[in-house]
Amino acid sequence: MIELNDVWKTYPNGVMAMNGMSIYIQSGEFVYVVGPSGAGKSTFIKMIYREERPTRGEILVGGENLAHMKERHVPYLRRNIGVVFQDFKLLPSMNVFENIAFAMEVVEASKPEIRRRVMDVLDIVRLKNKARFQPHELSGGEQQRVSIARAIVNNPDVLICDEPTGNLDPETSWEIMHLLEEINDRGTTIIMATHNREIVNNMRKRVIAIENGRISRDEVRGRYGYES
Amino acid sequence: MRARTLGRHVKEGGRNIVRNGWMTFASVSAVTVMLLVVGTFMLLIMNVNHFADTLEGDVEVRVFVERQAEAADQEQLETEITRVPGVDDVAFVPREEGLDNFIASLGDEGEYFETLREENPLNDVFVVQAEEPERTDQVAGQIDSLTHVEDVEYGSNIFNQLFAATDLVRIVGLVLITGLLFTAVFLIANTIKLTIVARKKEIQIMKFVGATNSFIRWPFFIEGLLLGILGCILPIGLLVYGYGRFYDIIGQNTGLEFFEFLPPQVVLFQTAILLLTVGAVVGVWGSLMSVRKFLRV
Ligand SMILES: Nc1ncnc2c1ncn2[C@@H]1O[C@H](COP(=O)(O)OP(=O)(O)O)[C@@H](O)[C@H]1O
Ligand SMILES: [Mg+2]
Repeated sequence: MIELNDVWKTYPNGVMAMNGMSIYIQSGEFVYVVGPSGAGKSTFIKMIYREERPTRGEILVGGENLAHMKERHVPYLRRNIGVVFQDFKLLPSMNVFENIAFAMEVVEASKPEIRRRVMDVLDIVRLKNKARFQPHELSGGEQQRVSIARAIVNNPDVLICDEPTGNLDPETSWEIMHLLEEINDRGTTIIMATHNREIVNNMRKRVIAIENGRISRDEVRGRYGYES
Repeated sequence: MRARTLGRHVKEGGRNIVRNGWMTFASVSAVTVMLLVVGTFMLLIMNVNHFADTLEGDVEVRVFVERQAEAADQEQLETEITRVPGVDDVAFVPREEGLDNFIASLGDEGEYFETLREENPLNDVFVVQAEEPERTDQVAGQIDSLTHVEDVEYGSNIFNQLFAATDLVRIVGLVLITGLLFTAVFLIANTIKLTIVARKKEIQIMKFVGATNSFIRWPFFIEGLLLGILGCILPIGLLVYGYGRFYDIIGQNTGLEFFEFLPPQVVLFQTAILLLTVGAVVGVWGSLMSVRKFLRV
């Protein structure tokens, strides 16, 4: 499903963020990406949805090599990858429904199709009763659920999350994790960069640890493993 | 593109127009001023060209031959006139024919002049046509210096003045229009830039959920196009009304028998189409500049 073969990334300012990473992630897996700050977790995440290009090496997503992907094909790649960020990235001028519908509008879905599907995902993230709320009227956890709903509304095969619980308290973080697990159970591959030791150690999944742009550890039912 | 997508882009573009308030007003005003000038010059130039066309057929030089010239001198003179550069055609009008024409032109009252036939006061005349109307002046001058020419007469140097005037009008118009055009493009580009900055977050989200580049860009082109088209409304309205009034009042009473201004139905449609085209091009051009510079998708 997702495969990195000897991937290197040097940013234009000379920072070497990836130094020969090779990974294989199967369809339907749930993977934690852990490591100290600046290790290259976000860079790895950005490579998968082609926000960054590798300097060297091969990145295969659904059989296509992103290193050579034409610029005009990138939007179609992204329709198959949902992305969730630490800071939610919701549009403050739109209500919950509109924020989620936005992701379908811009890929030219029809109005009835949008209505139906947005209601479905609102059901999944349990926010049906708050469809008309503005983001500022929601708690952090609820906002993150909206952003997850937006990420899955186009039915992507892969959901990637860059520290999705980074801004949330422990209890709310667990809500988000249960939601992600549920989404994973429906067959969506999940890749999640995180600093959250408690979660990684208690909801045991595959753990890929990155240090200095290299994979230092890859365990099927791993632990967080840092004393930070 | 699907119809509903186009509808969405137009809605977004329109919303941006409303949201940008003062900048929209400034851009539309700049387009308006520019198009008023373009339209005015267009009407002016079309009428001047029409005036020139009207005159063109009428330009001839009348060469009066000295009365004491012999027939041989006249033949010699005709050959020399033919050789003057820029001469197209030479016709000889003997003084008798000249008098006939004169008497005929007076109608009944011509009778009183019948007695003149005894003592014809007119000269023999060569009627010369210049190849190009704007060279009439030059041709007349050269003929004037030939022997046995008493005088030359031609539609004065109105042509030179006219051509000098239209050249000046064209140059002034071109400079003015170029300046105003760039001002309008610049203001539109800045308005679009404002939109792009205001929508930065939205654009970022569109990108990571998989909107195509053209999908992201379209509303900005529409916004530019709308700014250009909004700028057409007042100039077209003013010129249609103004030229119509002008034509009603003096269009057909120019004081020149042979000349009338072009009727509104002939020129206003062309002018409106031109203004609409220029407005649209300026609008899209302005947004293109900003989109290329500030919308890195
Ligand atoms: N756009 C960028 N330009 C230059 N350097 C960057 C950029 N993004 C990240 N880096 C650098 O690359 C390294 C890895 O960063 P990142 O992938 O964000 O790490 P993490 O998410 O694990 O904290 C860091 O040293 C960071 O400063
Ligand atoms: Mg990071």
